[in-house]
Amino acid sequence: MKKKDQNQHQKSICFYFQVHQPYRLSKCSAFEMGNKEEYFDGPEAYRNNAVFEKVARKCYIPTNKLMLELLQAHPEFKISYSLSGVFLEQCLEYGEVGKKVLESFKALVKTGQVEILSETYYHSLSWLFSKKEFAEQILKHQALIKKIFNVKPTVFRNTELIYSSEIAEFIREMGFKGILAEGWDYYLDWKSPNLLYHPEKVELHPEDKKIAKNYSIRKKPLKNIALLLKNYKLSDDIAFRFSNKGWAEWPLSTDKYAAWLDSTEGDTINLFMDYETFGEHQWEDTGIFNFMRHLPEAMLKQNIGFKTPSQTIQDNEIKGDLHIPHLMSWADMERDLSAWRSNEMQESALQRVFELEQEVEQILPKIHNKESNKLQNDWRKLQTSDHFYYMCTKYWSDGDVHAYFSCYDSPYEAYITYMNTLNDFEMKLKQLAAV
Amino acid sequence: MYGWEFPPIQSGGLGVACQGIVEGLLSNQHKVFLVLPKTNPAMQMYDPGDFKVLSASQSGGVVSVKNIPTTLYSPYSTTESSYQEHVVTQFKNGEEPGKIYGKNMMEEVHRYASQAAVHAEKVKHDVIHAHDWLTAEAGVQAKKISGQPLVMQVHATEFDRSGENPNQAVYDLERRGMHHADRVIAVSQYTKDMLVKHYGVKEWKIDVVHNAVRPNFKQYEKTHHLDKKDKIVLFLGRMTMQKGPDYFLKMAKKVLSHMKDIKFIMAGDGDMMEQVIKMSIELGIEKNVLFSGFLKGDEIAQAYANADLYVMPSISEPFGITPLEAIKQGTPVLISKQSGVSEAIKSALKVNFWDVDDMTEKVIAALRYPALSNILRDHSRRELGQLSWHEQAGEIGKSYKKVITK
Repeated sequence: MKKKDQNQHQKSICFYFQVHQPYRLSKCSAFEMGNKEEYFDGPEAYRNNAVFEKVARKCYIPTNKLMLELLQAHPEFKISYSLSGVFLEQCLEYGEVGKKVLESFKALVKTGQVEILSETYYHSLSWLFSKKEFAEQILKHQALIKKIFNVKPTVFRNTELIYSSEIAEFIREMGFKGILAEGWDYYLDWKSPNLLYHPEKVELHPEDKKIAKNYSIRKKPLKNIALLLKNYKLSDDIAFRFSNKGWAEWPLSTDKYAAWLDSTEGDTINLFMDYETFGEHQWEDTGIFNFMRHLPEAMLKQNIGFKTPSQTIQDNEIKGDLHIPHLMSWADMERDLSAWRSNEMQESALQRVFELEQEVEQILPKIHNKESNKLQNDWRKLQTSDHFYYMCTKYWSDGDVHAYFSCYDSPYEAYITYMNTLNDFEMKLKQLAAV
Repeated sequence: MYGWEFPPIQSGGLGVACQGIVEGLLSNQHKVFLVLPKTNPAMQMYDPGDFKVLSASQSGGVVSVKNIPTTLYSPYSTTESSYQEHVVTQFKNGEEPGKIYGKNMMEEVHRYASQAAVHAEKVKHDVIHAHDWLTAEAGVQAKKISGQPLVMQVHATEFDRSGENPNQAVYDLERRGMHHADRVIAVSQYTKDMLVKHYGVKEWKIDVVHNAVRPNFKQYEKTHHLDKKDKIVLFLGRMTMQKGPDYFLKMAKKVLSHMKDIKFIMAGDGDMMEQVIKMSIELGIEKNVLFSGFLKGDEIAQAYANADLYVMPSISEPFGITPLEAIKQGTPVLISKQSGVSEAIKSALKVNFWDVDDMTEKVIAALRYPALSNILRDHSRRELGQLSWHEQAGEIGKSYKKVITK
């Protein structure tokens, strides 16, 4: 059993912020196919470097500055981040702005009050198609985090919080001590998301188990790992409803929010959200920064503490087992995978990109190092979940324009761009195979 | 109601829309007295047997149709010279050159209008409904006679038809109709914007009511005798500048430089026919471009069913009912953004008519990626199912209410 709560706070908040930027695809015309040089500059109106620069200005830089101030002012304040590998690559790629963003994250980690989580390097849907690819991308991410921040993540969160008991078992087998998931009522039933659970043990396919062992991050896996569940109601009060004037609770003050948390029962309140909530989804003029600025103080006054995911696992008892038999995510009302695989276009694109795994693998040893790195990197960047999200039609054809956010005019254009690019990639593979 | 074309006497979308509107109004329990220039016993509404229209006695008085002969002929052609040409051919064909017709087009418009307006005195009515320039004047005069409110529905404007060379007299007729009307119905937001911009109609006076399609009576199968591996890309519409046949050909040329085994079928007739044929030869793609001439009824549905993709590259299309007809036959569509129908259907490929490169891209993608064409086909059908004349006529009824209670 776990140790008892070691500090005086009645309960604690566990913040996790997702930081991710996809490499959106440049337009690839049928006439460029076979001769396309660079895939990942982004669509004309949404150049990846320009988007990065905009988000850096509105969100990353000011929010990191605020967080650093808060961490310094309150030694009790703790937060965690998951930084996708493709986000970090963009930091390294986009000059001064990228450098500035990266340095500000490093400064946060240096405080010792910030935990970095593990994820797939490419923010990919690889779990669904290849366990080997999934494990490799996790290790690649570990290596990058080690290199940049000199820390080793031990708690995992999958792309878009995609989760099932099987994923948890695989992750346990790889040697992690915790995993994050959506705290969705449908599976929780009467259980509270504000407690720690063990994922119910399920049996892995022997092949998958072998893969997990081959790619493990520690000598021996733990017997059990902890499952942290997102309190989506309280998370979404900040992430989605904060600036909604039609919301009965608008405007949300820090004191009101602190009072809600105070009256919430449990050991930990897991507030998981996109980092872009600050300044990008909720603009500065909504008061989101001010809200955050006063939050630690208001919570501490209510005797509510802060913990990173690792500390949360360390300091709290596990309260039971939880079984999630089917894949669940944190997306949309459905909390399933329909944002990425609910239509024929998405399915055909996903199938095709993952079908290339063997071909890519066979070619890699035959070509120069630099060339093979690029080839593999390109293929993997094509696995990023966002590409498939842009092809989603479930809101599009219902006429609900507001639910459709994309850098493309329509899901059809997203698909055409993706497939043309993938065709180009396949042509390159064939050329290389022929040499 | 003052209509012009009515199936099967029609050469374009106005007749199809008018039929849909009348049927929709009937299904909403309205009674319609329809005045047309020509009637024909073959005109019918609803399923045969269920409802036959046309004379007041046959229809039980729900729809009465009255015809008023005229030498005016096409709502789509607005030049004086084409009118005169038509008058000459009409009389050559043995029709009576009675002294009753006007000396020129405008005179005839007014003569027709005053004849048609007479019914406003004879028939009891709550509202007058006119369509486009040819019947606008009839509506205006009818309103003067009965004092009842006028609703003018705009399916197309002179700017759509004639682009940069609008006929001033026709424009004046349209403008006069809209300004006398108590309420204006535009077939799309696209058209509404034009009415505000070019005709000075007050924004609040205009309601947008999209067109719909009639329920499906018959599904057609692919029956063409071309090479099985050939894909078919269809253009169907009048060969006039407004419909953009030249952009279709430029796109065809580019597509063919990338993919073979495609036939581009161009169905329709019009004043650009010769130019379009010539152009296909100049571009060197005449082997892949087939012309089918003007199609009617079943032939049209068959053409849609045979196509792998329907393209409507119109330069300016107030609504554009043909993509809906194509969707009905299970054919995915690519439509120009300069059209009203692009507001109504989301599950379509859309391009700016001038962007031949983009159009080329999308045609290639639709032919190359079955997942794309399948989704477009299924989803657009679902959207089409949500568009019905019953619903749309309900919207028209709301416009009536606004003026009747006034």
